[in-house]
Amino acid sequence: MAAVSVVVEKLTRRFGETIAVDDISFRVSKGELFGFIGPDGAGKTTLFRILTTLLLPDAGSCRVEGFDVVNDYKKIRNICGYMPGRFSLYQDLTVEENLNFFATIFGTTLQENYDLIKDIYQQIEPFRKRKAGKLSGGMKQKLALSCALIHKPEVLFLDEPTTGVDAVSRVEFWEMLSRLKAAGITILVSTPYMDEATLCDRVALMQGGRMMSISTPGEVIRNYPLNLLSVRAGDIYHLLGELRSYPGMHSVYAFGQSAHVAFRGTGIDAGSLKVFLTEKGHRSVEITPIGANIEDCFMELMNTQPR
Amino acid sequence: MKRFRGFVIKEFYHIFRDYRTLLILFGMPAVQLLLFGYVLTNEIKDAKIAIYDPSKDVVTRRISDKILSSGYFLLEKNLHSVAEIGPVFRQGNVKLALIFETDFAQKLEKTGTARVQIIGDASDPNTANMLVNYTTGIISNYLVSMNSAAVPLRIIPEVRMMYNGELKGVYMFVPGLMAMLLMLISALMTSLSITREKELGTMELLLVSPLRPTQVIIGKVFPYVFLSFVDACIILGLGNAVFGVPIQGSIALLLMECFLYITMALSLGILISSITSSQQVAMLISLVLLMLPTIILSGFIFPVENMPWILQALCYLMPPKYFISIIKSIMLQGNGMAYVWRETLILVGFTSLFLVISIKKFNVRLA
Repeated sequence: MAAVSVVVEKLTRRFGETIAVDDISFRVSKGELFGFIGPDGAGKTTLFRILTTLLLPDAGSCRVEGFDVVNDYKKIRNICGYMPGRFSLYQDLTVEENLNFFATIFGTTLQENYDLIKDIYQQIEPFRKRKAGKLSGGMKQKLALSCALIHKPEVLFLDEPTTGVDAVSRVEFWEMLSRLKAAGITILVSTPYMDEATLCDRVALMQGGRMMSISTPGEVIRNYPLNLLSVRAGDIYHLLGELRSYPGMHSVYAFGQSAHVAFRGTGIDAGSLKVFLTEKGHRSVEITPIGANIEDCFMELMNTQPR
Repeated sequence: MKRFRGFVIKEFYHIFRDYRTLLILFGMPAVQLLLFGYVLTNEIKDAKIAIYDPSKDVVTRRISDKILSSGYFLLEKNLHSVAEIGPVFRQGNVKLALIFETDFAQKLEKTGTARVQIIGDASDPNTANMLVNYTTGIISNYLVSMNSAAVPLRIIPEVRMMYNGELKGVYMFVPGLMAMLLMLISALMTSLSITREKELGTMELLLVSPLRPTQVIIGKVFPYVFLSFVDACIILGLGNAVFGVPIQGSIALLLMECFLYITMALSLGILISSITSSQQVAMLISLVLLMLPTIILSGFIFPVENMPWILQALCYLMPPKYFISIIKSIMLQGNGMAYVWRETLILVGFTSLFLVISIKKFNVRLA
């Protein structure tokens, strides 16, 4: 087994009555790209803040590269890179000044680690004299990543790096992450976008402070226990309601322009469903059996696990 | 050290790119000083006076009694020679001295005229003026009651103001304004600049970096020490050039005391920022808890002697009060360390208290 980078054991953190992180345990290997998927309030940010030594755990232990987050926090602060969920750079400093500042406080220079951030930085280099506050969302993200990488961290924590970023920039961002992974950096990344989960080595699904499952994206899909039909019809709103009332139905979700219908075993026959829908007055009903994608799997996982 | 330098450079970028900050930093002192050229009235009670009475006859005793029983004055000291007047003023308690001429009663009886000298400490011109007016009023009342005789008797009060002969209100306002502006710039600006990092989330990044809390704090404070110092010099220079406010004492000592006061205000600013996380709250606390007391409870505008005891007690908890009296003492009376060491020690005490609390309270984590 590969060397371990991050170990979390029975970690719990409360804020008053709310339990933000509830008895979580997991391990991340060195050089792994580990994703956390979950809706807002799942506890992802709290978990990241504990791992980056910004918050103290109430119970349980965490080690990053062998250092304890409570006792050895100073050592961890030298070796980890952190990109908070909100854009947190100095808006009144230029791109270049921001980078130089973060390089200096980590005791390094832009030139020294230029190779590591070259791919990312080159895209924003033409704007290096521009104030960070005047950059577009995607460019801000690239600058923030450059700043988090400037000291060549061993572990990189990215808290929802792609939230609020356009689709093209998101794709570019994940390409950068796989290049960093190739450079041997352990990456922990959280995202509310389920489709990004497939790009990780392993994915943890979080909900309500709990870890619902940890597995590779492939396993997640293989372990999907249901059968799926994709249903298309003109009036999606009424379609969803009528599908839910159909006998043998397990769950129904809107998925873009179509509805995904999940059922156990052979509970539903496509032909009779089409007849049922046509009787209800739907025109041009299209029903196709499909394989589960990662989103179907997470929806199902979130549904079945006890809260 | 290199990290620290990088941090300080960043702070200077913040300051010089924000024209509002610059305006507060450099525009305000000048505007305030020019605006505050005016004097507000104030009232007096229990002002301490010294009396030199070489004649010790019935008339001088009666006049002294009248003055002391008026409720405005308290006898601090009976002087034994004219030479004692200077030192007794410089100690700072005595606001007014009364000097009778020798053989007062005899001269009054024989020639119908006697002289009394009234010396006021005009480093606080309003108070001095008021005290002198009260005293002459009491003396002339006494005369009226005596004037049953056919020959009108005259007592001529000779008024002399010490330390600020022309009764310039500006003299008073320069120390007060220094106390106020340095407090505002130092405390408000540091507390704002630290809470701004918290609000923007950059504090998270600073915390996750290997920078130590003391480096962050000192890095934040350093530019403002420098800039506040520049401000102190602007106020002193403008006061001198435009209003002719003298600097009688040692400039080195004066600047040292300014430095001490600035440090005190800065540590207060850090303290404020450590108990709040939003710029608005920090601003509110700075303004309400620092500015108003600095103006009202420091003796800057209203004389402390005239307040109810509970407010007077509060006044003794206001660092600016001590700074103002130090500055007045050095600038206007030309005193040295021997006269201001007590206030200086008190300021040192405040500074260390605030610094210790704020470094203890500065969190190496988020919550």
